[in-house]
Parts: sequence; C-alpha cells; structure tokens
Amino acid sequence: MSSRCRIELFCAGFVMLAACGARTTQAPPASTNPAQGVIGSALAPGLDHPLITIDPRAAAYYDNADAVMTGKRLYAQYNCSGCHSNGGGGMAPALMDDSWIYGGRLEQIHQTLVEGRPNGMPAWGGKISDPQLWQISAYVRSMSLPATLDAQQGLTPSQLPAPVPRQVDEDAGWTPVPGTSNDYTSLTPGPA
Amino acid sequence: MKKSMIAIAAFGLASMTIAQKVPDPVPAGEVFAREAIGHALAPPTPEAGHTAPSSANAPPEDGQWTMPSKNYASTRYSALDEIRPANVRQLVPAFTFSLSVNKGQEAAPIIADNTLFVVTAYPNYVYALDLTREGAPLKWKFMPKPQPASQGIACCDVVNRGGSVSHGKYIFNTLDGQTIALDVATGKPVWRTRLGNINLGETMTMAPLVADGKVYVGNSGGELGVRGWICALDENTGKLLWRAYNTGPDADVLIGPDFKPYYASDRGTDLGVKSWPPDAWKIGGGNVWGWITYDAELGTIYHGTGNPGPWNAEQRPGDNKWTTGIFSRDPDSGKARWFYQFSPHDEHDYDGINEQILLDMPFQGAMRKVLVRPERNGYVYVIDRRTGQVLSADPFGPVNSSSGVDLSTGRLQVNTEKETHLDHVVRNICPTASGSKDWNPSSFSPRTELLYIPHENMCMDWLNMQVSYIAGTPYVGAEVHMKPGPGGNRGELTAWDPVRRKPAWSVKENFPLWSGTVVTGGDVVFYGTMDGWFKALDARTGQLLWKFKVDSGIISQPVSYRGPDGHQYIAVLSGVGGWSGAVVSGPVDPRDGSAALGMTSAMSDLPRYTTAGGTLYVFSLPH
Repeated sequence: MSSRCRIELFCAGFVMLAACGARTTQAPPASTNPAQGVIGSALAPGLDHPLITIDPRAAAYYDNADAVMTGKRLYAQYNCSGCHSNGGGGMAPALMDDSWIYGGRLEQIHQTLVEGRPNGMPAWGGKISDPQLWQISAYVRSMSLPATLDAQQGLTPSQLPAPVPRQVDEDAGWTPVPGTSNDYTSLTPGPA
Repeated sequence: MKKSMIAIAAFGLASMTIAQKVPDPVPAGEVFAREAIGHALAPPTPEAGHTAPSSANAPPEDGQWTMPSKNYASTRYSALDEIRPANVRQLVPAFTFSLSVNKGQEAAPIIADNTLFVVTAYPNYVYALDLTREGAPLKWKFMPKPQPASQGIACCDVVNRGGSVSHGKYIFNTLDGQTIALDVATGKPVWRTRLGNINLGETMTMAPLVADGKVYVGNSGGELGVRGWICALDENTGKLLWRAYNTGPDADVLIGPDFKPYYASDRGTDLGVKSWPPDAWKIGGGNVWGWITYDAELGTIYHGTGNPGPWNAEQRPGDNKWTTGIFSRDPDSGKARWFYQFSPHDEHDYDGINEQILLDMPFQGAMRKVLVRPERNGYVYVIDRRTGQVLSADPFGPVNSSSGVDLSTGRLQVNTEKETHLDHVVRNICPTASGSKDWNPSSFSPRTELLYIPHENMCMDWLNMQVSYIAGTPYVGAEVHMKPGPGGNRGELTAWDPVRRKPAWSVKENFPLWSGTVVTGGDVVFYGTMDGWFKALDARTGQLLWKFKVDSGIISQPVSYRGPDGHQYIAVLSGVGGWSGAVVSGPVDPRDGSAALGMTSAMSDLPRYTTAGGTLYVFSLPH
C-alpha cells in the first residue's frame, strides 16, 4: 500500500473504490453504484485487477478497540462460539486463519453475517442489530490479525483482539504477498 | 509495511510450533483402579455355561453383511474362517473404490445378493457395486441432495453411520433429516420420509435399524438443544407408525402402565418434565444418534439416549430424564418397558448411545439374557434385558469422574471433585467428553467369548459458561480442552471378558480408536486407526498379525463377507473425520485447542499423520 493510495482513499470518500497501487489510474466502471453491494469476487470482467470496496458504514469500526471488545462479548452471547469456537472452528470454519470462503474484509464478513451462507451459516440480518453485526464482524476480522495472534496468552486464542487497522482491508487481499502467509498447514511437519 | 510483513511471517512459524503440542498425559495416580470401583451383584461363574448370542438374534452365517451390526445381537462376528492367523499375512487389496467425499466415513459397507452398498458422509451418496464382475464396477449411484445448510448444524463432522438392506431395499438417513429406501436393483427411491427440521438444529447421522417390518431411526442434535426422539416407520411405505420423545410428559415419551423400570429413581409421573427446570426439557437433548437393537427373542427394542443439553449442567438442575440412559420399548407401539440411566444429571457429555450386544451369559450360576454395553462414562455394563437390572459395571478405561455404580440403587456415584462449575476450570476429568468409548461399535466372538472394544484413553479440562438458547445454533455452554489419559496412548483395543469382568488382553494405540471392530471365525480381529493403518490381530492373544497403510485415517466399521467366488473378503472405508478427526477433515485451526468442542487440543498433531480422504478398501487372500 503506497501512501499516495491512502491519501486518495481518504479524500475520495465515495462508496466504492478500485484496488490501490499503480492500477488506480484505471477508473472502476460500475462500482460507484451502491446497488451493486459488496464485491465478493476477485474476478472483475474487463479489468486486469480485482476491485475492492470499503463500505462507508464500516468506517467507524476500523481502528476501534471498543468495537472488537464489544464484538467479542456478542460473539459469545449469540452462540457464534458454539460453531466457530475461539476462532478455531469446529462445526463451522476456523476464523483465525487466513482462509476465507466468502471474503475476509470487514464488509464481507458483515455481509456474511447479514445474509447467511448456503452451507450452514445462519442469516442474522434483522435478528441482531446492524451496529452489533458490525461489532461482531470487527472481532472476527481481528482474529487473524498478527497483533491478535501475537497477544494470545495461554491456551485460548482471540481473547485480546487488536483493533482492525483500516489499511488491512485496503489491500485487495486476494493473493497473499509471498512470505507473509500464516498458513501453518503448508509447512506441516511429519511425525517426530 | 514491509516490517510488519516480516513480523507476520515470523509469527506464523512461531505459533505453529507453540500450538501444535499435545498436552501432557494425566498422571496415572489421578484415576481410580478398576478393581476399586468395579462392582457386580455376584462373583463370576464362568463354569455355568457358554457365552453366546441366541440363534434368534444371531442366525447361522450366510456370508452376507446386511446390517451394520451384522445381526440383531450386534455381535459383528463373521463365522467365515478362510482368513486365519496362519495366513492373514498374505492379505492383499482385491479392489478399491473412491467415494468422492473427503469427510469422515463412519459407515459399514453392506453386502447383500452379491452387491456391495455404501453410503458416504454428506452429501450422502449411495453406491452399489457389482461383486460378480471383475473390479466390482458401479451398478448405480444415488444422490439424495440433502439441504447444504444441514452441514452447519452437524455437531461433529457430517458423518453417516450406514444403511441396511432388507426386502430388496437399501435404507439410510440423510444429514438433513430424511429416511430413504432405495430399490436395490435400480437405486431409485421406493419412499422418502422427512423427519427432521434443520431450522431446529435436527440432523440424522445414525444407521437405521430395520427389523420386524419396521425402520427405527432417531435424531441428532444434542449440542443444539434438540429434543431427542426415536421413530418407527413402516418398512414398505415409510409412513410414521410411532414417535417417542426422550424428554417431556409421559404421553410424549410413550410411558404408560406397562413401564416397569427396575430402580425406584425411574418411577413416577412425568419425570421427563419434573427432573428439569421449567420448560428446559423442550430443549434438553436425549437424542438417538447411536445404535438401536432389536431383540427377536424377547420382542423388544433397546436404544440409548444422548446427552442432556446444554453441556453446562448448572443450567439444568435435576436428573434430566430420560437422557443418557437406555430404553426398552415395545416395537409395535413404542411403549416403554424399562429404562436405566447411566449418568443422571450428566455433567460431562457422556451420551448413552453406544451399542448393546445381546448375549446369553452365565451369571450367579445360571444363564441370563443380558445386554452388554461398553459405555461412554467408562463402564462396561451387563444388564438383564428382561428387567433393566444392572448385574455388573466395571471400568474398561481410566475413570475419576465417578467412583463406581451403586448396584442397590443403580446410581452412578459421581465424584464431586470432578463436577463442573461456572467460571472455574475443573482439570483432568477422566474419561473425556467423547467418553472412554464413543459410538464406534465393539464385536463379540462366541469362539473366544470376548468383546473387542475399540476405545479411547483421554481426559479433559472443563469450564462451564452461561449459554442462551437460539434455535438452530449450538447450545453447549462449556469450554473443553482434551488431553491424553494416563500413559499417553490416546487409544486402546481391549479384549474384554464380560463374565470374568476383566480384560483378556489389550493393545495401545497412539490415536483414539474411532473405528469399529469385526471378529471372524478364523479368530482374527480387524480394526483401523486414525493415522491410516488397517490392522489384523490374533483374537486370542492380541498379537499383531498384519497391517496395511490406507490413504486416510479409518473411523468406519469393517465387515467380512463371502464373495461370489466363495472366498472371504474384508471390507472397510478409509476417510478420517468425525469429532476426533475434524482437525483434518473439517475447517479447524489446531491453534485453538477448544475448537471442535475441545477435541482439537488432544488431536492437534493428527494433520502430521494423515489427510482427508474417502475410499472403500476390500482385502482377500491371493487366489
């Protein structure tokens, strides 16, 4: 992420933005139409790069320590922990790793909470207030942050969630930068 | 930015090494000695007779394997004896078949009329293979297309424990709560019956029992506040004949004047309501996700009931009837005849759903009609199956959550030191939540008179947490971390002598045994391990005779049959998963020990040993 890009994001303030970097010279064709919703695909027809969006409703939940701590409480109260454990999963996918089926940006997680997903994720839209859904989303987004993983004390992860820096979602995020993956399974050693 | 990237990479490596360490075993001094807590009403009298199932419950060998339990007695004994200790080293694969599903495969292959049937984990494909042709080609495949969302309410992987063949139909359940009968010749449905509602958290994973013109099935969902039931369907039409709930008023439980439980604690009116806080029975579990057994001799069915919900027992004071127990019922009406509760007010998730083996056994100098239950709470129970009286209860693995069964009242003596509490971690509870033994069935040989129990050696730390009921979501209220039991071996195969109430021999395994066993007329016991070994032991000594490494861990039910060529075959499914294997087959991160209901803590090293898979293996001697 270049600083130029960050300034652009700050100044722009419109609904949806193209990915940052050298490619921002190319205008996003139809992405300014809010009716399109959250972009969930890494494939953008007619472009040579993925589009990303930052939902303006998400803005308040970045860099917000209160949001992730409140989200942690709600995550337990609404039984999210029953399926996703403390981020390690079980009945449902792990959330503390870097593998996302439906996208791992804050607005994508929020969308998953609102709409549900076909393989067993309930639809919580209208059942939990929208600000609370954003707080839960912020906590879930925080689980895989290096700062959160690093803060783990004892056996239970995700207990000291770090606030979600806005810049982590300004990266398109579809392809991990080489050498930055925390995908432990790719390095699974054999029996001792 | 670059600096933080490097930090991410460094942390990724560090967390891997920290979190994948399996906890130290519980010290041997923290559990009770078997002799100290095992009890029987009378000393053993083995000279009084031979232990074996009756011919009504275990008909003569026909070379087939038409139901997961082999016969009504549930001996899982094949009298075929071509494969023997002397030649088993020569076993080779005859053919294999990919199941196209890489989730936990818990089913038994079914063999009838020279066709092999198998049902997979979700999406519950059914395959029929023609054993009369070279390579056993596919006759048909049926795809029931269960609702995908059912995957999200299955507590412990999306498993299926198998189907049965009866009167030209292959009958099985789907994860989303259907019972389906297929025409064995065409694979087309004869009938489909929907019984479960996924929006209430109901799934079906058990193997239907087909007997006496009826199909007996039950629901899963004890971790989602699902009220447990058992149903009987008409085998020819799939129509519901009766449904009995395992919590609630007597009218729902089908308790009437014929109900004569042996112990006083089970007598009274509407105990399924009164032994709960107000309305808690409506979301109280007691599911029938394990084994139902038909007693052709006494005209009775027996079935266990699962754990009460939520796991946090402080939210449900009382005995929580009729959970974690066993019912005897009239097959025609469903009316209860007797009940016995293994773990009243269960505090440790000790479901009572394991297999019951129906035997005629010498006791107190005379032959008795008994059922033998290697139970999740750690005891082998021998129960008089006419009355429900417990004749003996002995631990077959490490136990400290209780200190024996009081045989005058039938009540489990709970160890108060291992009772669970809100906001307080209780450490080193043995056995663990999945029990000394989970669903995976034992086998019994009338030749050796031994029960071959595949089981676990694990303990746990437990923290109760307040939980609210939200329909269709988990209702657990506990954080669990499992760990190896004394000695560090997480699994064990014990050859148990039910008459003398002690092991004849046992074999330790690194991982918990999650496969069933099969024993043969050649005195060979077969079982699989979670790290992918399929093994043959001498049934009399436990000596390892042969092993074969398959593509993925084994958690299924091996069987033995006679092929169209007259030779003996051994069939088993690979495909690790289930509760214990979710760390491989499921979307689980081993850095969270509490993941998969606490199993991940004890199983975080399994991904080093095996990967997800799903294959049918069939072995025979070269011929």
